[in-house]
Amino acid sequence: MNGFSAILKGMWTTFKSMFEGPVTIQYPEVKRPVRRRFKGRHELKRYENGLEKCIGCSLCAAACPADAIFVEASENTDEQRFSPGERYASTYEINMLRCIFCGYCEDACPTEAIILGDNYELSFTDRAQSIYTREKLLNPVGPSGQATPQQVPAGMFDRSIPVMVDPD
Amino acid sequence: MTFFEDPVVFLSNLIQDLLVGLNLAPSVVTFFMTLLGVVIVASFGLIAVIFLIWLERKVAARFQDRIGPNRAGPYGLLQTFADIIKLITKEDITPDNADKVAFNIAPILSVVSVLLIWAVIPFASGWIGSDINVGVLYIGAVGSFGILSVLMAGWSSNNKYALLGAFRAVAQLISYEVPMLITLLIPVLLARTMGLMGIVEAQSTWFVVYAPLPALIFLISSIAEIGRTPFDLLEAESEIVAGFHTEYTGMKFGLFFAGEFLHAFTIGVLTAILFFGGWRGPGAETYPVLGVIYLMLKALGGYFIVMWVRTTLPRIRIDHMLNFNWKLLVPVTLALLMLIAVLDKAFAGTALYLPALIAANLVVFAGLMVALRQLAVRQRKERKRFKKRPVAKPA
Repeated sequence: MNGFSAILKGMWTTFKSMFEGPVTIQYPEVKRPVRRRFKGRHELKRYENGLEKCIGCSLCAAACPADAIFVEASENTDEQRFSPGERYASTYEINMLRCIFCGYCEDACPTEAIILGDNYELSFTDRAQSIYTREKLLNPVGPSGQATPQQVPAGMFDRSIPVMVDPD
Repeated sequence: MTFFEDPVVFLSNLIQDLLVGLNLAPSVVTFFMTLLGVVIVASFGLIAVIFLIWLERKVAARFQDRIGPNRAGPYGLLQTFADIIKLITKEDITPDNADKVAFNIAPILSVVSVLLIWAVIPFASGWIGSDINVGVLYIGAVGSFGILSVLMAGWSSNNKYALLGAFRAVAQLISYEVPMLITLLIPVLLARTMGLMGIVEAQSTWFVVYAPLPALIFLISSIAEIGRTPFDLLEAESEIVAGFHTEYTGMKFGLFFAGEFLHAFTIGVLTAILFFGGWRGPGAETYPVLGVIYLMLKALGGYFIVMWVRTTLPRIRIDHMLNFNWKLLVPVTLALLMLIAVLDKAFAGTALYLPALIAANLVVFAGLMVALRQLAVRQRKERKRFKKRPVAKPA
C-alpha cells in the first residue's frame, strides 16, 4: 500500500469512528459499579445484632505493610459491650495517605471485621482529614441490631471469635 | 429595496441617509461608513472564532469517541467564554530581556493578519468589505503577516525553544506559501480576474470541477500554512515545548490561539470561494442572506476537512515536510498551472474545455502516483542494501 492510499485508509478509519458514539460516562452523576474484588475504602463490619466484629487484636496493624493502621483496645463489660469477647477497639485509625489498599488487613482479621469496600471517592483538603477514625469506618447499625455499647446478660458473649462451622 | 431582500444594503443606505441628513461632509460620511463596515466584519470574525473553538472541540471529541465540552451552558456552548475568562485572569508574564515591543505586537498581529483577509471576502452578492481588483494578491500579501507575527514572537521571547519554533515556522510557512500562491493563480486563470467577487461570479460551474487537484493542493498547503497537524512542527510540544508561543501567557496566548482557529476557518472560506462557488447557490442572487448561509456552510465543510485531517494524521518529520513541498507540491503545481494555462488558451469556449481540463488533472495525478511509486521502490531498495551491512553482534 502506498502512502496516498494509506492516508485515505486512515482518514476513513477516523471518519467511521465519528459514528461510534461517545463512550463517556458522566461521572459525578453516573457511577459505574466497581468490580466484585475492588479494594476501596475500609469498612468495619458489625454482627446482625449490632455488635462490632472488631475485637481490637491489632493483627491488621501488624499485617499492614505501610504501617497505616493504629488500633488501641479496651475491655468490654456486660454493661458496656461493644463487641463479643474480652476487648474491643476503642481507637481504630487508618491513615489513608499511607494505605496502599493491598488488603492484607482483610486477610489478617480473625473475625472478618475489616473489609475493603467499594468507596473510591477518597479526597481531603487537609492532612488531618486523611486519618479515618473508628466512627468514620464503622458501618451503620443494621435494622435488626442495636447501637453499641449494649447492655447484655452476663456470659452471653464470652467468645471473641465466632465458632467455625463447615459450610454444609 | 426592502429590508428582507437585502438587510445589509438597506441598513447601510439608512445610516448613510442619516449621516448625510446631519449635514456632514461627504468624506466624513464615507469615513464613518467604512469604519462601521470594518468594525462589523472584524467583530464577525472574532465572534465566529468563539464558536469555532467550541465546534472544533466537539468534532474532535466525536472523532475520539468522547462528548467534548458539555458542562458550561447548553451543549457546552459557553465553554469558550469560560476559557476566555480564565485566560484574562491569568498572570501576564513578559520574560526578562524580552523585546517588549515586538513581544506585545506579535499576538495582535497574528489575529489581525487573519482579520485582514476578511476584508476582501465576498459574503454574498454585493456584500464585500472591499472589492479590490487584486484580491488574490492581497490575500497572499496579508497572509505573510502571519509569518511575521510568528517570527516576531519567537525572536522577542528571548527563549531558544521559541526561536527554534520561529525558525521552523518560517522555513515551513514560506515554503508552503509557494504552492499555495501558485494554486491561487488557477482560479484567477479560469475566472480571468483577481478580484474575489469576480472569481465567485465566474463560477457558474464550481472551479473544483475544472481543477480538483489544485483544490486539494490548495487545502494541503493551506493546512501547512496555518501550522496545524500534520504540519504543526512549529509547535511540536515533544521537541520544542510550545514553539514560538512558549513564553506567552494569558490573553496574549489566547490571541495566538484565536488567530490559529480563525485562520483555519478562513482557509475553509477561501477554499469555498476559490473552488466551491463561494456564496453561489439557489436563490442567492435575489436574497443575499442565503448567499452568506451557503458560504458559511461550504466554509464549514472545508473547516471540517481541516479538523478531520488534524484528528487523523500524526505530525510528520521536518525533512519529509520540506521534501514533500519542494520536491512534490511545487513541481506539481507549476506543471498544473502551465497545463491549465495552455489548455485554457487552446480550448476556451469550446465543448472540449471541461474534458480537457479534467484530463489534465487526471494526467498530472497519474504521473504523480507513478513518480511516488518509483520513489517508494527506490527507497525500499536502499533500505535492503542498508540491511546487508555487517552488524555488530553480541559475542
